[in-house]
Amino acid sequence: MQLALFIVFGALALGGALNLLLQRHPIHSALSLVVVMMSLAVLYWSLGAEFLAAAQVIVYSGAIMVLFVFVIMLLNAGKEEHTPGSRAAYTVGFPGAAAIFCLLSFVFLSERGALMTSNIGGDLSSAVDNIAQLSAMLFTRQLLPFEVTSVLILVAILGAVVLARKEQ
Amino acid sequence: VNHLTNFEIFLLLSVLKVAVVLVITLLGVAYTVLLERKLLARMQNRWGPSRVGPFGLLQPLVDGAKSFLKEDMNPLAVERPLFILAPIIALGCALISMSVVPFGAVTRVQGVDLFQIANVNIGLLVILGVTSIGVYGITLSGWSSNNKYSLLGSLRSTAQMISYELSLGLSLVGVVLRAQSLNLRVIVDSQAAHGMLSWNIFGGFQFVAFFIYLMAAFAETNRAPFDLPEAENELVAGYHTEYSSMKFAMFFMAEYANMITVSCVATLLFLGGSTSVFGHLFDGFLNTPVANAIFPVCWFVAKVFAFLALYIWVRGTLPRFRYDQLMSFGWKFLLPLAMANILVTSFILAVRG
Repeated sequence: MQLALFIVFGALALGGALNLLLQRHPIHSALSLVVVMMSLAVLYWSLGAEFLAAAQVIVYSGAIMVLFVFVIMLLNAGKEEHTPGSRAAYTVGFPGAAAIFCLLSFVFLSERGALMTSNIGGDLSSAVDNIAQLSAMLFTRQLLPFEVTSVLILVAILGAVVLARKEQ
Repeated sequence: VNHLTNFEIFLLLSVLKVAVVLVITLLGVAYTVLLERKLLARMQNRWGPSRVGPFGLLQPLVDGAKSFLKEDMNPLAVERPLFILAPIIALGCALISMSVVPFGAVTRVQGVDLFQIANVNIGLLVILGVTSIGVYGITLSGWSSNNKYSLLGSLRSTAQMISYELSLGLSLVGVVLRAQSLNLRVIVDSQAAHGMLSWNIFGGFQFVAFFIYLMAAFAETNRAPFDLPEAENELVAGYHTEYSSMKFAMFFMAEYANMITVSCVATLLFLGGSTSVFGHLFDGFLNTPVANAIFPVCWFVAKVFAFLALYIWVRGTLPRFRYDQLMSFGWKFLLPLAMANILVTSFILAVRG
């Protein structure tokens, strides 16, 4: 069951990502990104991280991507033209991608023994409440990073307000 | 039955449950429309639909047939795939949320719970997530129609839904704090002890949260007094101006399906779900397995029905808000109130616990 979900939604995520690059209309690209986000959420859920999956759907697909689509709609962005692209992307991009691929496969293959025996998502099985564990962790051991992140977001909001009010 | 494996039984019963819930929800949608037309008519001293069948009871079927048979027009300038996808997203998301709603008490047949399609640990978050995806249906319909009224209507609607989603989500935090879980069954069980007295709205002292939820729910479903997206004197018909036939019917059904979902959530979170109004007072009365399975479902349906009637009553009573009033009400009143409710609730729970 888990394997079937992984294959279907992994393929969907890859297809969405490719479509995002190949589509010429920004709205279609944005919607492909939504598909990618949703497929990732399903993958998280199948690994037992249900809260992460819900947060992914609500925050990324439900809020951030709606905002993207909104902006694209309001700007009335037209179709993009295919340009040859920058020279740097070609010279660095392909070797870079190949290097990352090699590095990842090297790590996975060399750690194969450890990965085979590890129970992915085992700590997050539905027998134990996922959210209780997460919140206990966030408010005890990770309290400082959590609060600092909140302050960071607050600063971003204040910055946005300052920028928006400047014209008056 | 014996030659099927456990998984096959689970699969068969699940598919059956999905089919039954789908049919009942769609029928519910059709008859909510009729209920609304009838009740509104009586509030305005009219009869409402009365010609088709006894008391007009067959009206929804005839309306459905009409929508099917009408010509399905596609304007030339629309963005074709998205124009067709939009109503499907709207209706699909409206129906998917029903999958985590527990309709009755836990009743197991062959190990499968009869009255809930999926018992998910994060049921509440699933409903919120699916609702937030439903916004795409409206956004895309307005944009792909290539019509200024549609675009303005969908912009209004999307902005309204995003704004009120915040208050909606925050109003539910108090309930979650009390139940200490996002599982809908656990939330219902936390209100089961003394019937009406232990409902979150009364015994749980979450009436402020209920008020916020009520307002936000009206706005989320684009219903009066917040039905600005389809203010016909300003926007023709809003985001579904260019839609006809079955595609229009899908938006229409999505609106009523959303109403039913919102009523279900209100019932589960504030009105004790499928538990009896009288608590355990009449537990000895008719204590058979069948009655114990059926009575909770009846309570649930009665509560949802009452909430739907409230929806219609409000529509028949209140005039429409102005758009700036809507936005300032949501952001400057409901949102701070919801936050204050969370602080007070968690403070009291911390002191008592």
